[in-house]
Amino acid sequence: MANDSSRLRISAVNDVVRIDFVDRDILDEATIRQIGQDIQRKLEPMSAPKVLMCFTVVEHLSSAALGTLITVNSLVKKKGGTLRLAEIRPEILEVFYITKLNKHFSIDESAEAALKALA
Amino acid sequence: MSARIEGHAILRGPRAEIDACQSAVEQAMTEHGYGREALFAVRLALEEALVNAIRHGNRHVPDGQVDFRWSVDADEARFDVQDQGEGFDPDAVPDPTEDDNLEIPSGRGIMLMKAYMSEVEYRGPGNHLAMVYRKSKDA
Repeated sequence: MANDSSRLRISAVNDVVRIDFVDRDILDEATIRQIGQDIQRKLEPMSAPKVLMCFTVVEHLSSAALGTLITVNSLVKKKGGTLRLAEIRPEILEVFYITKLNKHFSIDESAEAALKALA
Repeated sequence: MSARIEGHAILRGPRAEIDACQSAVEQAMTEHGYGREALFAVRLALEEALVNAIRHGNRHVPDGQVDFRWSVDADEARFDVQDQGEGFDPDAVPDPTEDDNLEIPSGRGIMLMKAYMSEVEYRGPGNHLAMVYRKSKDA
């Protein structure tokens, strides 16, 4: 069952929390803050969460958005869970490589591949 | 299109001001035939530059303003972003790609600007950022 917030579409795929971004641009600080709070609120009561974040529609993101992803990853790791990122456009993927955050995150080409890895 | 297109804006903070600047620059670059990679690079770098100036540069400046000047011609796009803060030493910002720093949520804006622009220079005490994107980079 989907649980929609204003900027995210959060759904359950078996035991995986799937988070899809709704907006093409993840730039606005207030929006990024809201995204971080929505995700933290969702994950807070969970133990060892399996989380998939899909960037299918995302065309631009800022360093502030990267910061929020790092914070979410830290929260998931702290809870003994796993976070995987998927469906990242090549331009955005390059940002992860430039910042070397590809070493920090588990990144899959497709949601299907990520779900398989999380199974 | 061969004439240089120029713009100037004073930003006080609202998101709509940044969006308006980004749109004006994107339109000028499109008119001058810059490609998708160039538009992506400049948008990302400008986002970091303007947000840094507003959020960090003017942090201790009540009612601070950011002066943003830009020009685009067939060969290059130039940007000057100046805040009213006391500046900073960009060389003192920790390298976010070091293994020990990878989990730190902030501090990637400057490196992204340097990665995507042809030239990035902090002038004065560090409150004036000058950036250039050359179309030759847009392969």
